[in-house]
Amino acid sequence: MISNKPLFLILLSIGLILPFILPGFKLQLSIMWILVVLALTWDVQGGQMGYNTFGNIFFFGLGMYLCASTQIGMFFPLSEWTAAGGEKTFVHLPEQYFQGLTLGLIVAAIIPAIVAMVVGYGILGLRGHYFAICTLGLGIAAGEFAGGIELIGAGQGMTSPPWPKGLGDTELRGEFFYYICFTLMICTFLFLRWAYSTRFGLVLNAIRDNEDKAESMGIDTMKYKISGWVTSAFFLGIAGGLMGNMIGYIEPVETAFPGKTFGVFMVLMAILGGKGTLIGPVIGAIIFHIFKEGFWTFFLGWQYVALGALIVIVVVFFPEGIMGFLREKFPSKFGEVIDEKDRLSQIELK
Amino acid sequence: MSAILQINGVSKSFGGIIANQSITLSVANKQITGLIGPNGSGKTTLFNSICGTHPIDEGSINFNGKEVSTLPIPAVAKLGLLRTFQQTHIYGKLNCIQNMLISAKPKNDSLFSIFNKIPLDLNDEAEHLLEFVGLYQKRYLRAGDLSFGQQKLLELAMALMNKPKMLLLDEPTAGINPTLINGIIDRLIKVNEEYGITLLIIEHNMKVIMNLAEEIFCLTHGKLIAQGTPKEIKNDQKVIDAYLGK
Repeated sequence: MISNKPLFLILLSIGLILPFILPGFKLQLSIMWILVVLALTWDVQGGQMGYNTFGNIFFFGLGMYLCASTQIGMFFPLSEWTAAGGEKTFVHLPEQYFQGLTLGLIVAAIIPAIVAMVVGYGILGLRGHYFAICTLGLGIAAGEFAGGIELIGAGQGMTSPPWPKGLGDTELRGEFFYYICFTLMICTFLFLRWAYSTRFGLVLNAIRDNEDKAESMGIDTMKYKISGWVTSAFFLGIAGGLMGNMIGYIEPVETAFPGKTFGVFMVLMAILGGKGTLIGPVIGAIIFHIFKEGFWTFFLGWQYVALGALIVIVVVFFPEGIMGFLREKFPSKFGEVIDEKDRLSQIELK
Repeated sequence: MSAILQINGVSKSFGGIIANQSITLSVANKQITGLIGPNGSGKTTLFNSICGTHPIDEGSINFNGKEVSTLPIPAVAKLGLLRTFQQTHIYGKLNCIQNMLISAKPKNDSLFSIFNKIPLDLNDEAEHLLEFVGLYQKRYLRAGDLSFGQQKLLELAMALMNKPKMLLLDEPTAGINPTLINGIIDRLIKVNEEYGITLLIIEHNMKVIMNLAEEIFCLTHGKLIAQGTPKEIKNDQKVIDAYLGK
């Protein structure tokens, strides 16, 4: 495979010093790593397992709300915070802020994972288009549902705790969140890299290629499908929690459960890079983010047209993504070789 | 010889179509048994019933002393009763070695074994079996890029990798060129003798099944009409009528 140690270390150190090279883009870079996490976790279902899900955004938004609610609820009454102007009355002390964030991220990881297990048990039995439509409903329903809960600000949303005053400026805040996002991305990447090297990875691929066969060979596919979704939800929840803190304002449809932006982007990024590969979603997310920000800067007003054109180009010319394209061009680099010893020997059973 | 698979009065109908009608048969342990019948006579339905693809309407299916007609598909497979498909079912985007590795039965199969490493010694076993079916040179190619016949052989090797007690083969020689068919027959006999695996084979090619099987069952319109040695089946008037029409 292409990923090897020196290259990985070089990229890692670039990632570590990036906020000092491009100090003006810290928030954008942090969001880029969040997007990489979204693409990587979507690929667990959409790429490796062959289950196209549009509902992963559900766990993202769930994590966002859970994290912010925990951060606030630990120290102040949540309902008063979300009432008009409430966030101005209560102020987190620095240590309260970090305690809240730590516990908030833990809650944002665990609860979505549990929810994924329960929901997954119900709907992972569906296949193909039925599963896709069902998950689409999941994301939309969650947005509507969150918009109806008064405790978390209902339709007008809620503020996540602001960076405590007297703790450095916004530069420090930017660096702080950059490194957390970067760490989350690295952890997700390494965890999936390890998971794909185990039986889990092979079984997911087997489900993608032929689920009936996998079952008839004695594999409890449900167990693996649920584990995959739980994994995705775990990392997505943390990503959501961080995103809520970075943006500072949580709105049910636009920020927490943005099905038509992030929900679609995560699919597109994985496809652009090459779904079903480990490195593909990472490349796809980075390229996509650069293009997207470029469109928003240079084609303002036409940005969605440009983005639409990009989607069409990707689907028409790179249906298998960048990695899939490379694999088709250079199959031997990906280990697809016929044993040279007797290349000419066709199957001849004697 | 004792029976490893005992089917008692199994019936299955789809809407108004009766696919199997109180079929009773038993397959002797470590023997090659054939199942023949014209198209649409209910052979594959019987296979599906045995493997748990669909529930049966009535009757019982007993494998190795255990009732399997109510078990889900993976549970039946874990007992050591595997099947291959008429249309080959392989994992197209994985290479042959990976196809083999995933087919091996994991040593422990608890909830925490999901993230277990694939044991390294399985590689040798996989290569050995791929050599046995003549796919060793192509082991690093994607299984989906193999020809149809090669995929059939791969599917056979995958089944062997699982070390089943009994294999249900659904037309193992359909769509394969005549010279290769002889190779497959040899392999199947070896599988039966060396690995001690009981085989139940659906086959349309009479030459093949008459050479392979020690006992043959014949189905027509969902009913069992004849059973016996190949010679008896060949001369059975009911079988001849079923195939040629009366």
